[in-house]
Parts: sequence; C-alpha cells; structure tokens
Amino acid sequence: MNFTRGEELLALCKEQELCIHEVMLRREVELTSLSEAAIQAKLSESLNIMKKAVELGLTSDIKSVSGLIGGDAKKVNEQSDRAKSVCGQLMSKAISRSMAVLEVNAAMGKIVAAPTAGSSGVLPGVLLTVAEEFALGDDTLINGLLTAGAVGLLITRNATVAGAEGGCQAETGSAAAMAAAAVVEMLGGSPVAALHAAAICLQNVLGLVCDPIAGLVEVPCEHRNALGAANALISAEMVRAGVVSIIPFDEVVEAMYRVGRSLPCELRETALGGLAATPTGQRLARALLSCRLSMQEDI
Amino acid sequence: MKEYSVFDIVGPNMIGPSSSHTAGACRLGYVAYKLARGSIKQVTFFLHGSFAKTYKGHGTDKALLGGILGLLPDDERLKGAFHLAKEKGLEFSFVDADFGPEQHPNTVRIAISRTDGQAMTILGSSTGGGNIRITEIDGVSLVFTGEYPSLIIPHDDKPGMVGRVTSILGQHAVNIAFMRVYRQHKGKAAYMIIETDNCIADAVLHEIKRISGIANAILVSIN
Repeated sequence: MNFTRGEELLALCKEQELCIHEVMLRREVELTSLSEAAIQAKLSESLNIMKKAVELGLTSDIKSVSGLIGGDAKKVNEQSDRAKSVCGQLMSKAISRSMAVLEVNAAMGKIVAAPTAGSSGVLPGVLLTVAEEFALGDDTLINGLLTAGAVGLLITRNATVAGAEGGCQAETGSAAAMAAAAVVEMLGGSPVAALHAAAICLQNVLGLVCDPIAGLVEVPCEHRNALGAANALISAEMVRAGVVSIIPFDEVVEAMYRVGRSLPCELRETALGGLAATPTGQRLARALLSCRLSMQEDI
Repeated sequence: MKEYSVFDIVGPNMIGPSSSHTAGACRLGYVAYKLARGSIKQVTFFLHGSFAKTYKGHGTDKALLGGILGLLPDDERLKGAFHLAKEKGLEFSFVDADFGPEQHPNTVRIAISRTDGQAMTILGSSTGGGNIRITEIDGVSLVFTGEYPSLIIPHDDKPGMVGRVTSILGQHAVNIAFMRVYRQHKGKAAYMIIETDNCIADAVLHEIKRISGIANAILVSIN
C-alpha cells in the first residue's frame, strides 16, 4: 500500500474505505515489517516528546543559545489564562504552545522535527490544543500524527519541506498543512476534507521567505510557528464548515515547489535577505558572530 | 528513491536547534567516537564554512563534543556536553579553518589523540536533514554516510583481502548493499567500506579481525 500523490491517496482511501491515518499505518507496516502496535508505540514516544517540550516551554524561563529569544511563549500563555485573549482561548493556547516548542528547540532542548526542527512547534501546538478542547485521547492524537505524516510525505515527495530549497512556505507552511489535515481527521472529517485543509494552508503562505537573523532558528522562526498554528486552525475551521480549496492539493503542492525554486537564494535560509538583511538584523548578526552577545552558559 | 517512513516526516526526535548544524554535527562526532575505539584524551575540531561562522548559535560545538562522548542526536545531555567532557577529563578545542571553496560549507576535521598515544583524523560534512558524509580517515579519501550499518575495515593492500571478508559476511547471511575499497598508495594502508542491510553481530566482527592483514573491523551504526 503506497501512494506518491494526493489523488492516489484519496483513491486508496475510497477504494478500501479507510481514513488517511489508516492507510499511512498500513503503509508503515509494509515498509518496516513492524506491527501496528509497535508503530503506534513509537508514535506515542514522539507524542510524549511533544508534550514535554510544550510543558517545558510554557513553564520554565528559557533562553535560546544565542540569547535572542525565550520567555515569549510563557507570556502569551499567561495572557490566555487571564482571559484577556484577543483571539480566544483555543487559538491563544495553540499559538503559545507552538512558540514554546520552538523556544525549547532554540535552547537545545528535545523536540520532534515535524517536518523540520525550524517548524517543530506547529504540529504539537495545534494537535495538543485541539485534543484538549475536544477531549480527545492519545489514540486519536497518534492517528493525527499519522495523518500529518501522510501529508508531509506527499509534500516531501512532490516538492520540499526544506527552507533552503523552498523558503518558509515549505517549512511552516507544510507543518501547517500537516496539522490542518490531522485536525480535520481527528474531528471525524473525510480524507477529501483533510486534503482541502492542507491545500488551503499552503495557499495561505505561498511565497513566504526564509530569512533567519544570523542564520539561527530563532527570529522570525518563533513567530512564524505561531502563524503556522493559526494557519492550520483557520484552514480546518473553514473546511469543517464546508469550504473547499478550488485548486486541488497536488496542484497547490506543485505551485508551492515552483514558487520556492523561483525565490532568489537570498530568501532561502542563507540569512542574506529579508529580515536578516535589515540594519538591525545585520547588527545582531555581527554581534552574535563576534560573540559580543553572551552565549548561554553551559549547564 | 528512498521510501520515507512516517518517522522521517514526523521526526527525527532530536535536540535542537538545527538538523544540519546540531543533529548532523552530533552524528559526525559520534562516528569519530566509534572510529577512535578507545579512550580519547584530546580532540580538536577544525570548523569550516558555515560551521565556523555559526557554530556557537547552533550549539554545533556542544553537538560535536557530545558525539565524541558517545551521545546520539536525541540525547538531552548534549546541551551539557562541555561539562560532561570536563568531568571525563577530555580536553577539547575548536579552531576556525578554511578548507577551500570546493568543500561543503558544513565541514569539520576532527583530530583525536587517544590515551594510548595513537592519533587519528576524520573529515566529514553535515549534508542536510541530519545526514552526514565522511570523506577522509587518516588522510585516506573515502566516502560513507552511516545511513546503513557500515563496516570500516583498515587492511593491507594485497590480493585476496576483499574475498576473505565478504565470504565471512556471506556465511553469516549478511547482505552487502554497497561496497568500496580505497587506498592512498599501492601496497600501503587501504580501507574497505561495506554498507550492509543487516546489523552485524560481534562474533562476525571478531572473525573478520582474525584475518591476517586486517588491522581492524569497526561497525558504525547510527540509526
């Protein structure tokens, strides 16, 4: 059981009357010769790493290795607890959790790259928050990781999830697409609906550049992970109401790849363009590279 | 084309912040640790390109050192690698270097001195997504990635060596995926690199090491 395009995945789901996560699980069994239970147990480990990273990022005083970021996830979380949130509790929590994981990543903590380290906040931020709000258990979350994995696999096979190749659209855009499809299936939506949500996510950030200050996975990556979480939630919200993507998923993935390849290299992770090339971005980069800003002390 | 597992997409589990500058760096250190086989007294990391420029912000230094201490990319002790090295009495230093414009931007030369006085150097690059490529051991140019269980066999450059090794592997039903032989000069030190589909038992390694003309057989298995 295998698929390389979204259309093939949907045909498999229809033929065999399976959800995306069920197809992905059967594919994994064939690929690895592991049992379904063994694969689910490994995914449960991934889930635990995500939960721990969220917890750590929201409760401890984090500073990134360079000192540029840290503590912002906690701030947003405290605001959502005080019910002063502009965008409501669910959205606020998803945002703060995605930021938390990115901060943990930037502080040399343990994360699950999903699909990359630089976009590792989106999936846990969205999935853990939706599960909490709708009282869904770990079994459903594990299914969500499989759905997300299937979407990420399609993007990896047909385009790219690397910022150096496709810009930030390929990283946090793909992470959002994976999370949105997972949310749709976790809440009982169809495979077709899941791919509509994934397609909308990618469309929303088509052309988003990768321009990290000093080349570090910190600024603006943390905010873009929050954006990715919001992107996943609004896309899932629309699709659950019956909104569809006019352009099919496979075509959107191809468009994303073409847009990524046509971005100048300055805007693909090289820290030569965008925010990295601003006077402040340049000043910070010089200070960091000459180590005038104090690097985090060894623990 | 390689078939991606769900754990390649939702994964790998790793210590941040960067798959190339942290996870890949740790793998390079880990391979050097495996190849050194024995207690390491002192290590110098010569950092080239992007590794030299951004190593502090990405924790590349801690990841390399953690790898040399035998830690894997998902080990939470990586962050405290400096402290761990001091505890273990391992001396270490990081030096900016320039290996020329042709060299991959994320490249490191690792120079190791063992407690028994032996020295060894390894050159390797972090090629993206946590993947690595080793391109030189002790001055001999070669290539392996550690993606498969890899046997690194330094041996005398003389007839019959390859046949003796591969028949032992065959007897133990170990399938060879890729295999190459490297040497610097005819009749001098040479290396066999054998990448296999299955893991290799210690008993098989011992059998290979007993062949006359084989200096060692080192199994590097990362995943």
